[in-house]
Amino acid sequence: MHHELWNDAAGGFHPVSAPDFLPEAQLREVQLRRLKAVVGRAYEKVPLFRQRLEKRGLTPESMQSLADIAKLPFTVKTDLRDTYPFGLFASPMADVVRLHASSGTTGKPIVVAYTREDVEVWAEVMTRTFAACGLHRGDIVQNAFGYGLFTGGLGAHYGAETLGATVIPISGGNTDRQIMVLRDFGVTAICATPSYFMHLAEKAMEMGVDLKAMPLRVGVFGAEPWSDAMRARIEADTGIKAFDIYGLSEIIGPGVASECSQHEGLHVFEDHFYPEIIDPETGEVLPDGSEGELVLTTLSKKAMPMIRYRTRDITAILPERCGCGRTIRRIRRIGRRSDDMFIIRGVNVYPSQVEAALLNVEGTLPHYQILLTREQGLDQMTVEVEVTPEVFSDKVRALEEVRARLAHAIEHILGIRVGLRLVGPHSIQRSEGKAKRVIDKRNG
Amino acid sequence: MKLPQLSVFLENRPGSLLEPLQVLAAADINLVSISLADTEQFGILRLVLKDWEFAKSVLEKDGWVVNVTDVVAVDVDDQPGGLVKMLAVLAEAGINIEYMYAFALRRNVKAVLLFRFEDPDAAIEVLEQAGIGVIQEEELY
Repeated sequence: MHHELWNDAAGGFHPVSAPDFLPEAQLREVQLRRLKAVVGRAYEKVPLFRQRLEKRGLTPESMQSLADIAKLPFTVKTDLRDTYPFGLFASPMADVVRLHASSGTTGKPIVVAYTREDVEVWAEVMTRTFAACGLHRGDIVQNAFGYGLFTGGLGAHYGAETLGATVIPISGGNTDRQIMVLRDFGVTAICATPSYFMHLAEKAMEMGVDLKAMPLRVGVFGAEPWSDAMRARIEADTGIKAFDIYGLSEIIGPGVASECSQHEGLHVFEDHFYPEIIDPETGEVLPDGSEGELVLTTLSKKAMPMIRYRTRDITAILPERCGCGRTIRRIRRIGRRSDDMFIIRGVNVYPSQVEAALLNVEGTLPHYQILLTREQGLDQMTVEVEVTPEVFSDKVRALEEVRARLAHAIEHILGIRVGLRLVGPHSIQRSEGKAKRVIDKRNG
Repeated sequence: MKLPQLSVFLENRPGSLLEPLQVLAAADINLVSISLADTEQFGILRLVLKDWEFAKSVLEKDGWVVNVTDVVAVDVDDQPGGLVKMLAVLAEAGINIEYMYAFALRRNVKAVLLFRFEDPDAAIEVLEQAGIGVIQEEELY
């Protein structure tokens, strides 16, 4: 059966997608109204935000037009760390119905909160995401995003359920079981990180399971950057349509932006998340079409409003109207970041986390390098650490112990398996005295 | 008597043994003994030599990580059971051996065993009490 329901202005759309097609003037009106409310809420309830506004002589009344948002101070990831765990909450715990957490820049995670209304908005934007990917009631969705503190699993779950699809909450991992369910349950759509789906597809091929012969037609992929080449390979190998979705825990989780049938950028659900592009060096707002760092403001979040949150993701807002008829603007697919964070198996990793672990074990920071590779479709992370006189020993066992201690310290902070290799002094290349911390060979 | 031993960290790749030895040869330094411990990932080159302090500074100047530890050189009876007798003495006294290796002392054509003990002083005491010869520095270099 060849079945595509494209969810666009011409072919009709799910009622939940209506805000995607609002006339522009009306959309800006909604945004301004919500901006005033959220700035008022954050000013009233979040001491850090209030102090910052007062320092600049601003009040919520300073928001008279959408352009006034540029007057507001940025929020950055370290603000979440500095106020760990609950310092940026704008709701009392009695109104918070859910907490999630993601990795921070050092050992501590960052914690995010949702009121019941927030959970409903999250379900709504994920429903709009799935609708934009061409899913509808009757689809059988295998949700291979991890369930737990990670926002991927539950975020996708609520969205697919709200859409009326059948959700299989299989979570990540256990590839053999994933393939069995995919084959036996008539799955039509799968949610996963793109690298995990590639691994799954390779495994299926090895097992003689032909994904092209299955009802599976859509892949909803996110939580890590992936290239157009990777999309082409996935689509050719498995016969599905692959969609890129975007989100981050600090804003809501998945559901911030999604591709549509056109696959030309991701529509930001900007009635809830107001996007700006800034120059990452100066902080100056750049016009649509320019490349810069994406900054997002949650227009309707209650438990944890984020005002001008710097995502560190480099992209551009695409000014042209999309062929699907949506009026909400698009961002270009994310290719790189303005800091050196990278994502491996859906986990955000900062070199500073690795540094904290190395420092913990060794007392001083050795020269190190992080190598990212892809083996049989699975991402691998290896940390190379130069041996220092402080840790070097004439005993093999003692050196093996150092190696294991370093690996465990990193694994403990990141929560994922890493390889660790001790290398000779000065063997890691330095340019201008500074070593390149991350070598990513995954999409090479 | 305790002898200083230099250990050098090596990566497990072609040429990694050659490089530090070239550095020593260029500085006109001769080796008394050499041993290599290896794992899948890395190796530890162990050297005993006369001008160990000079050798250490030469290696470090060239960027090598060098560590100095004491080893004990033992002259083992060159007859069946010679080594067994010596090891029994150590086992009896509860002396722990970290590792050992052998080399031939060319001058007197005899086999010397080099031991890395957890507690070299205790080991020397036990061996001397048992009448087992511990080789002095002068005899080696």
